[in-house]
Formats: sequence, C-alpha cells, structure tokens
Amino acid sequence: MRDYILRRVLLIIPTVILVSMMVFAMVRFMPGDTITALFEEQAYFDTVQKLRHSLGLDRPIHEQYLSWMWNLVRGDLGASFATKRTAVQELQQRLPVTLELGIIAILLKLVIALPVGIYSAMRQDTATDYVGRSFAILMLAVPNFWIATLVVILPAVWFGWMPSVRYVALTQDPLKNLGLFILPAFILGSTAAGPTMRLTRTMMLEVLRQDYIRTAWAKGLRERMVVTRHALKNAFIPIVTIIGLSIPSIVGGSVIIETIFGLPGVGWFVVDSVNRRDYPMIQAVTLAIALFTVLTNLLVDLTYGWLDPRIRYK
Amino acid sequence: MNQREKRQDSAAAIAELTRQRPPYLAEIGVRLVREKPLGFANAVIVLILLLSGLLADVIAPYRYAEAHPKDGFSPPSSKYLLGTDQLGRDVLSRIIYGARVSMGLGLIVTILGSIGSAALGMISGYYGGKLDLALQRIVDAWMAFPGLVITISLVSVLGPGIPQLILVLTLFSIFPSSRVIRSAVFAIKENQYIEAAKAVGCQDPRILMQYVLPNIMATIIVLATVRLGAVILIEASLSFLGFGLPPPFPTWGAMLSGQARAYMLEAPWLAIWPGVALSLAVYSLNMFGDALRDLLDPRLRGAGGGRFS
Repeated sequence: MRDYILRRVLLIIPTVILVSMMVFAMVRFMPGDTITALFEEQAYFDTVQKLRHSLGLDRPIHEQYLSWMWNLVRGDLGASFATKRTAVQELQQRLPVTLELGIIAILLKLVIALPVGIYSAMRQDTATDYVGRSFAILMLAVPNFWIATLVVILPAVWFGWMPSVRYVALTQDPLKNLGLFILPAFILGSTAAGPTMRLTRTMMLEVLRQDYIRTAWAKGLRERMVVTRHALKNAFIPIVTIIGLSIPSIVGGSVIIETIFGLPGVGWFVVDSVNRRDYPMIQAVTLAIALFTVLTNLLVDLTYGWLDPRIRYK
Repeated sequence: MNQREKRQDSAAAIAELTRQRPPYLAEIGVRLVREKPLGFANAVIVLILLLSGLLADVIAPYRYAEAHPKDGFSPPSSKYLLGTDQLGRDVLSRIIYGARVSMGLGLIVTILGSIGSAALGMISGYYGGKLDLALQRIVDAWMAFPGLVITISLVSVLGPGIPQLILVLTLFSIFPSSRVIRSAVFAIKENQYIEAAKAVGCQDPRILMQYVLPNIMATIIVLATVRLGAVILIEASLSFLGFGLPPPFPTWGAMLSGQARAYMLEAPWLAIWPGVALSLAVYSLNMFGDALRDLLDPRLRGAGGGRFS
C-alpha cells in the first residue's frame, strides 16, 4: 500500500509543476492586443509601463516564474487589480458557496443517476434500457444554462414569481439558505446526471457478467437477491470512483449556474474577474481550481487503491 | 494442365479474393438504415442541421441582421414563423444562421481535434515508456482545468475572434479523447500481426498508419460525433457568458444570454427556440454516435461515452 501511495504522489508532482507553468504562461504570453485592451478598458494603472510592471512582464521570464512560485509556496496568490484584496481572501469567502452548491448537486445527481443506471443494466437491451439511455443522452444534451434560464423566466411570466437573489449564509438562516440552493443544485445535478448514468450502467454490466453472478442465478436466487446481495457490493468500488470523479466537476459546472442565480461562489468569481480583466485573479483562481482537481483525483485514486487491493499491484 | 494454365488459375483466384469490395462508407450506411433505424433518423437530423448551416443564405426567410423595429417582439405568426426579437429580427432566420456558427465552427474543431487526439493517443500508446509517461503528465495537467474555466481564461487572454476560438476549442477537446485512443492502441499493440510486421522490418510510422490506424478508426469516428456535440455545447456556454463570437453574429448561446433575459420576460418565445436547437443538435449527434458505435464495434460499448466535462 505504501508503494502505491508513494507512486501516486510522485506522479502528481510533474503534473502540478506543469499546471503552474501553464497558468504562469497564460498571463506571461498575453498578446500585446490584450494588454492594450486591459490598459484602455480598465483604468487600473496610469501608464502601460506600470501595468506591465505589475504583471511582471518587464523582468526576465525565469526570474519572474521563480518569484511567482516562491510567493505561491508561501501562500501568496497575488492581489486583485480591482479590489486590492488578496486572492486568498476572495477565495476563502467564495469557496463555501461553491462547495455547498456542489455537494447538494452531486447528491441529487447520484440519486437520479445511480438507480436509473443500475436498472438499465439489469434490463440490458430491452425497451427500458433504451429509454434509460436516451434519457441520459437527453439530459446531457440539454444545456444547463437553457434550463436555468427557462426556470427563471417562465414562472416569472406565468405566475410572477422569481427565485430570490439575496444570498443568505448557512450560518445565518439554514432554511432560507437551503431554499436558495435547492433549485440551482437540482439543475446542476440533473443536467450532469447523464454521463454518470451511462458510466453506472457500464460498471454494473461488467459486474453482472461475472461468473459468481451467473452462479447465483443458477442457484435459483431471485433477482433482488442477486442484485443487492452479490452485484451491488462489488459494483460499489467503481461507483465510489464515479463519486470521486464528480467532485472536480463541481467547479466547472458551477460557473454558469452561479452566474445565472447570482450565487457568490468561485465559478461566478471567474466570470467576474474575466469581465473586469483582473488578470492576477484569473491566474490565481485558475491555479487554485486546477490544484483542487489534481488533489481530489489523487485522493480518489488512493481511496480506490485502498478499497480494491487488485489495483495496488498494477 | 500446363504451367501457364495453373498460373492463370492462381491469378484468377487471387483476383477473386482481392476483388474490389463496395466502399466502406456505403456499406455502413446501408447497415445503418437496416439495423438501426433510429440511429439513421438521428443522422438525418444532423445532416439537416449541417445543411441548414451551409445553405443559410438560401433557406433563411430573412437576413440575420435584418431588423424590422416596428414588428419588434411579435409572437410567432405566418410572417415570422418563430416570432421576432427586440429589434424585430426574425428568430427562425437567426436560428438557421446560428446553425452555421455552431456546425461550421464545430466541424472545423472536430476535424482538427480528431487529428490531434489521434496523433497524441497513437504516439503515446504505441511508443509507451518514458515518452508516454511524459505526454500523459501533460494530458493530466490539461485535464486538471475544468473545461469551461480554461476556455474562459484562454479567451480572456487571447481575445475574441474566430481563430482564437478555434484554437481554444480544439485544445479543449483533444486531451480527454486522446486517453481513449491511447487505451485502444495499447490493446492493438499486443496483437501478433504487429509483432510480425516488426519482424519483417516494417518501420514504426508505417506500422502506425497501416496497422494501428485502421483498427482504431471506429473509435476515432465515434469520438468525433461525441466531440462535435461537446464542442457545440461549450461554444454555446461561452457565447452565453458573452465570451464567444461578438455580435451581430447570431449564435444559439448568445441568443439565450443574460443580456437577452430582460427581453425574454416580454417575449418568452425568445427563450425557447435556441435551446431547442441546441438540445436537438447535441442529442441527435450523441444518439447517432451510439448507433454508429454499435454498428462499427459493439465491443466499444461503454467506452468513452458521454460528454467531456
């Protein structure tokens, strides 16, 4: 087990370095047009020289990269052009919102996707299966921003009701807070359920093909017994992987939903920073999100290795 | 039978065996209609959308920027089949022109992305070892960024414009699919005909093109259909957030954007049709891809399905 952990951890080091280089390069190699646009649109600095200096563009590339990395390691992700607050402060404030949205969305997604996927696998190639698969594809085809827009617009047109836009923290008023999140989380979760459903179906099919399942059928066990007693327990491991893989996608999916529903989370912060051309923030948030994804993937891998001993010796 | 006749017999036998078979594509097409009628229906829908984009100038009743301010916000009628928007532009025409953007951009990105991911997957999978390790770290690094986040950031750095958009979307779609191709190549590498080819002295590039590529063609094609769907969606998301093509190009995403939301309260039909178009396009593409995969290689069932998100 220790070898496995060591191997996995060593593998992410080059990935993390590459990620940091990519984020660094993004701002460092900004085309001149963008810098001009930044200077002209947002009056953050008096002269282009000051702008270039603040972006670190007047120093040699290796010196700048090393100083940026040095700051990173000490926990300094840079400060905003617009608000002068540090990136860490901004992220700290917005992370709980995105996390809450993401967790509720994942729960809803699993509640929808897992039963349908499992049932689809049990009735492979029947009409039910086909309906299930079509449904899954329909859910991934429908854009989540369209559903969210319809959900906001249509009740306003028909009943004159709009979802509330004032954000209330969990600590202040839990019930109102949950009420605020339930609709966006439902949209996020249901539109993301498609691929999960198909993955569940595939994993379940693989388990159902095993010999011990065939033995259980041969013994004359009822379907429910076969599925719950034998199949599900072994399908559990890949399902944990599915859950783990869903976590990094919290942030990606939250970008649009948070923007539409006005939830002050990390996703909305990305859009806002881009609109304000706040490049230090764009850099910091992108890096933070990527590192978050890498770390959660590592944790998922380790959990998978712990749950399924066969993986450790691959 | 003398020598000459024997040789002629063998030649005839060889000619018979190597006779030109009907073109691959036609065969697939026929099987599609016969065995997978629903898949064929979806293929037809995709074709209609592609043609609409291509022939937009001919089919659309009005030009996409043609404004009739007096008829602004009119509901669907015989004059404007899907109604008009705030400037009096015909919604149906704008949707048809929107197909040009989605499909056109999507096709270019899909072709580039398919070539790129196939190359990456084949090289990584075939050569293995240190090269594979290094390349996969790069792929890992790219995939650490959620699709929308990295595309938004890149668009903000590179600026608006069609070439930049094509670059960003292509980058978005190359890496996840290269993984699938890489696995497929791993499986093929184990086959004996590869070993035999090497034993005869076949060079690597030739092996890749002659032996590996034809066998992963099915995977590449199926991935291409899914890729087009994913690209259409992410381009729509970008346009929705305001980072896609600038106006007055009509894109389905921009027609649903937050800026248009105020108008939607007045005219709910504005909110419906672009979304229907998007859903229809992606749905048909995915269903067609599924049917194609079932036809081309049922063993692929369950591999690489779904959206790259």
